[in-house]
Amino acid sequence: MLARWDVVIALLVGSIGGVIIGAIPGVGPAVAIAILLPATFGLDPIVGLTVLLGIYGSSMYGGAIPAVLINTPGTAVNALTSYDGYPMTQRGEAHRAVSLAYSASFWGGIFGIICLILLSPVLALVAPMFGSREIFLAALLGIILVILAHRGQIFAAGLLAMFGIFLQTVGLDAVTYTQRYTFGYSFLSSGVNLIVVVLGLFALSQAFFLLTEPDNSPDAKPVSGKMSAGFKELLKHKRVATVASAFGVILGMIPGTGEFTAQFMSYTYAQKTSKNPELFGKGSPEGLIASEAANNAVPAAAMIPLLALGIPGEALTAMMLSVFYVHNVIPGPQLFQNNIDLVYGLYFSLIALNVIVMIFLLFSTNLLTKIIRVPTRFLGVMILLLSFVGVYSLRNSLTDCMIAAGFGVLGLILKRLNLPIVPIILGMVLGGIMEVKLRSAMPRLKTPFDMIDRPIAFILFALILLVLALHIRTLVKEWRAHDPEDDHDLHDSQMR
Amino acid sequence: MFAWLILAISLYLLSQIVDQTAWRNGGKLFAQPRFWPAVSLGGMAIFAAFHLIGSALSDRIDGRWKEVWLWISSLEYAGWFIAYALIVPDAGYLPTTVVFAVVLALRAGYRKLSTLTIAAASAVFIVILFKTLLKVNVPSGLMYDSLPDGIRQIMLTYF
Repeated sequence: MLARWDVVIALLVGSIGGVIIGAIPGVGPAVAIAILLPATFGLDPIVGLTVLLGIYGSSMYGGAIPAVLINTPGTAVNALTSYDGYPMTQRGEAHRAVSLAYSASFWGGIFGIICLILLSPVLALVAPMFGSREIFLAALLGIILVILAHRGQIFAAGLLAMFGIFLQTVGLDAVTYTQRYTFGYSFLSSGVNLIVVVLGLFALSQAFFLLTEPDNSPDAKPVSGKMSAGFKELLKHKRVATVASAFGVILGMIPGTGEFTAQFMSYTYAQKTSKNPELFGKGSPEGLIASEAANNAVPAAAMIPLLALGIPGEALTAMMLSVFYVHNVIPGPQLFQNNIDLVYGLYFSLIALNVIVMIFLLFSTNLLTKIIRVPTRFLGVMILLLSFVGVYSLRNSLTDCMIAAGFGVLGLILKRLNLPIVPIILGMVLGGIMEVKLRSAMPRLKTPFDMIDRPIAFILFALILLVLALHIRTLVKEWRAHDPEDDHDLHDSQMR
Repeated sequence: MFAWLILAISLYLLSQIVDQTAWRNGGKLFAQPRFWPAVSLGGMAIFAAFHLIGSALSDRIDGRWKEVWLWISSLEYAGWFIAYALIVPDAGYLPTTVVFAVVLALRAGYRKLSTLTIAAASAVFIVILFKTLLKVNVPSGLMYDSLPDGIRQIMLTYF
């Protein structure tokens, strides 16, 4: 499958394009994936998914460059990279920091792919035991986790997740054929399209954000030295790199968590177990390795529940779900029986992507330092023009463009207020899954307890209660340790 | 401001639930078409109320009305986007994209000829990539019908 010319081009576009997209602050994989998603519908599924996964995984390699060199993360998930990467640059070790970031990213990326290869078939064997009620409970757990993962913004994350769930109910109800919240408008009968919302919230909002901010042009200095030197140093910190990658895999698999939580937990672990914890935040190689390895392990891991159960691990893989559906390829246990060639193709594509990215970066870092100097308002203009392709190509609908523009303004407001966008997307996707699965489970339930009378359903329900109990316990501990006025859950949503 | 707006919208939508959704007599609660909108809007209203309380108890940030004005000013760019979407089916993807790239670059404050040229070239690149190579479903433009025979077909198909 990889020997086809279109797959090879997809590998190159995904890997090199992803690095460039990640390296330019203000763009990011979400914007690029949102724009390219509709364009991939006409391509073979392996080609489309390779491009999208390539952009997703490679962008974090590229995002480390401005994070290390100019203290500006190329993508949001490279924020922790700048904590230790930039201080290293300031003391004249830019080359060491960049090469270490690449090596850690490669380690995390390959670790995640190995876990994907080993765990997906295992999960697919377990997956037939996941009936409607189990998938409902798994999706519910995902919604709860995506809300609780936004510590200090739980009420905002909650209302946005509920908004996402509401959005997916708009339109014609597929079971009862009744209209819901269409207000008599025919264009709402087919519902609010997820891709239109994604394009508005991620791409258009970023364009509006860049266009309304003062113009800025990052200035990164060239880096000299062999980029492969970081591998030798990484081998001295194998434990940190491996544990960080493991955090990335575990949290990438759990719906609703993703890179931020994985990075934070692996960074905290690395600091607590380090012989030099005082160096963290001041140029610690372990800190840099922990953040990069963790965030690069997430993309492949987020594919595990997507491929095995059809439940996306986070927002970007939620977008990729539509590529499967457009080609009538249904993720889940049947994918491993009916489309195993697609699955193997994905595995090898992911490995090839990481190898291509590493080879590219070994020789092109200084070229990228020139590319990231694109002025931000110019980027905004280009993103606005590119967003049109994504929205209009879906249904050639001006109404879709207007809806996307509306969500673009909403996305800008949320960004300016530092409120999360991801809960809306996961609310739409997981909310839809919850509704469908609950309805199909209902005929077999005589009492509410029948919902959890199977082992996996019971375990998932117990996990939901455990997660809620742990959160309440944490709140009580914080409340006892601080004055009531310092309660983060009430106030942090207003902090910038 | 945002907290008030979200609470007002969620309460309004909740007030419309009887008009905007159906109820099947004799059906189970969880299978009713009204159930999920009710759960989601109820949850939204509750979270919005807590968010509003948190906002009310927070310190006032200086320049918050300037911030609101910035939100409103972003509507200009939403307008640009919608105008672009309106004009493409008539004027064609390539000419509209090039013109909008240059005009938006001017609006963004760029005046150097080199920058405007790069904007135009980027626009051409976008059209070639998506329309010519990837054959994304973007309309050709009614204006192309008035082109001479030879060029018309090429423009309709590839640009």
